[in-house]
Amino acid sequence: MLETLAQNLVFGILMGALYGLAAVGLSLVFGVTKFLNVAHGELLMLGGYASFWLFTLWSVDPFVSLPAAIVFLLVLGAIFYKLLFARMVKLNEGEKIQTTLLIGFGLSLILQNLALRFWTADTRSITTWYSGAVFAFAGVRFPLVRVASMVIAFVVVVALQLFLQRTYTGKALRATVENWEAATLMGIDIQRVYLLSFVIGAAMAGVAGALVSVGYSIEPTMGMSWTLKSLVVMVLGGLGSITGTFVGGILLGLTESATGFFLSLTYKEVVGLVLFILILIFKPQGLFGAKEG
Amino acid sequence: MNRTHIIFVLGLLALLIAFPLAIKSDSILNLAVYVLLFVSLASSWNILGGLSGQTNLGHAAFFGAGTLATRFLWLAGWNIFPSLLAGGLLAVALALVVGIPAFRLRGVYFAIGTLALSQILYITIGNTFSMISSIPAQDLAVYQLAPRYYLCLAVALLTIGTSYALVNSRLGLGIMAVREEEDAAESLGVSALKHKLIALVLSAFFGGLTGGAFAFYHVGYYPQLPFGPEWTFDSMMMAYIGGVGTIVGPIIGAIFFVILRELLALKVAELHLVVFGTLFILVVLFMPDGFVGVWERTRKALARRR
Repeated sequence: MLETLAQNLVFGILMGALYGLAAVGLSLVFGVTKFLNVAHGELLMLGGYASFWLFTLWSVDPFVSLPAAIVFLLVLGAIFYKLLFARMVKLNEGEKIQTTLLIGFGLSLILQNLALRFWTADTRSITTWYSGAVFAFAGVRFPLVRVASMVIAFVVVVALQLFLQRTYTGKALRATVENWEAATLMGIDIQRVYLLSFVIGAAMAGVAGALVSVGYSIEPTMGMSWTLKSLVVMVLGGLGSITGTFVGGILLGLTESATGFFLSLTYKEVVGLVLFILILIFKPQGLFGAKEG
Repeated sequence: MNRTHIIFVLGLLALLIAFPLAIKSDSILNLAVYVLLFVSLASSWNILGGLSGQTNLGHAAFFGAGTLATRFLWLAGWNIFPSLLAGGLLAVALALVVGIPAFRLRGVYFAIGTLALSQILYITIGNTFSMISSIPAQDLAVYQLAPRYYLCLAVALLTIGTSYALVNSRLGLGIMAVREEEDAAESLGVSALKHKLIALVLSAFFGGLTGGAFAFYHVGYYPQLPFGPEWTFDSMMMAYIGGVGTIVGPIIGAIFFVILRELLALKVAELHLVVFGTLFILVVLFMPDGFVGVWERTRKALARRR
């Protein structure tokens, strides 16, 4: 009994790290640009398929092909940004959120249905020679692939944090979050900052998707659920805090697995959304967010 | 409205009423029912999403709540009209649960909150009611399409009529003022929260009524079906393609959408949503006032030339 619970919670944490990774990408884009890209889940799906096809067609190991998935999403992100989002830069915040929400929604519809058309509705996953590898500790099993995924997710998030704290470009990004008008006056090229944060967000979705395709499974319609989870985690972590968002992801994973264990597996998908509505009602600034002035 | 407008509307109304008497083909009547359902669904979405400018990504929750209450009461032996009303009221109750907290905050909260609500219901209803809901055999024997058509027509007219009355009222002006500039409206004594909530209540109520009409029309469906996100997204796209925030826009959008879907279904079944998604993005980017706006501008340009 206790072991089953512990096992569940471990699985929850491992899954939650990927929620955190996906949500950090979405949150970075939203924080810097105020673009709410609801096609984030579809970008994640594309990262998953990139990894899947590289493995299936050319048997490239999914962990080796990770940089390829990143580059693919960087390029794709740049194309979508230039084509669809670049013209929103000058709008005010409310209009930005509204318009990018609509554009992102249209984009997700297109990507999802193209994926359905060309790759069928089948659920896919990557099975490598080491997929079954598991190490046990105190009666709890740790699947190697998922643990490695969690480590990668953590490394990516820490790298992003360091980039934002230590580099000049990172500081420009943070300055834009604080006050984009002042940042522009200080000579920061706002278009470049927006583009950069958008493609970094897309690449993070790509990494998350590639990791999902190894440890779990992917399908063309997975995007909506991942977008929603990322949104929930983003709000849970209190918009704008990277660490808060990553921890929020792990909390969501834990909550889901606890729900699966104590209530029923069928309500696993719902619990995050219920949590979101409860937070909306009782603690709108998020669990880790600072109080608004 | 001037005289020609009134004559035009009355003529159209007469045509719509005579339609089932003249057309005996079931497939065409079914198509007409879908057009009417989508006209009222898109118009009801438009009351909140267009007139008050609050993007609602969970309209399916209101539509679904309407189907659930109406279907249950109607199959339990109630008359269809009080059942419909119950459906509309259930939708309103749900709307207030998300609306009151979400409208206190600006930005993304309302859009995500409504999407979350509709997905919660979609999954929960799917888990709770896994059996198909069918009209009992003895009722099925006397099932007729014409009464369904008239009920859908009535709901559509009621939704459009309310939208029209709203746009031309002081209340409607307040709602649109809040959409244009919330702070300015507040400074003139227009309560943003109150006006958004009124738009939400009306939108949810007519979304629920449309759901009720669907429940009265459909012979057999899984109770989860009307809660699916596509109901929200389709009606949102219809409103935008036709002309968001106008009365005629969602009507034109719905007719266009259903007919194009029928045509595309024959040729590129899986890709019709790609076509709609692309069209939707193009409208949002390049003609934010939709078909109606393009038509207005063309007309004005022609009038100037003359």
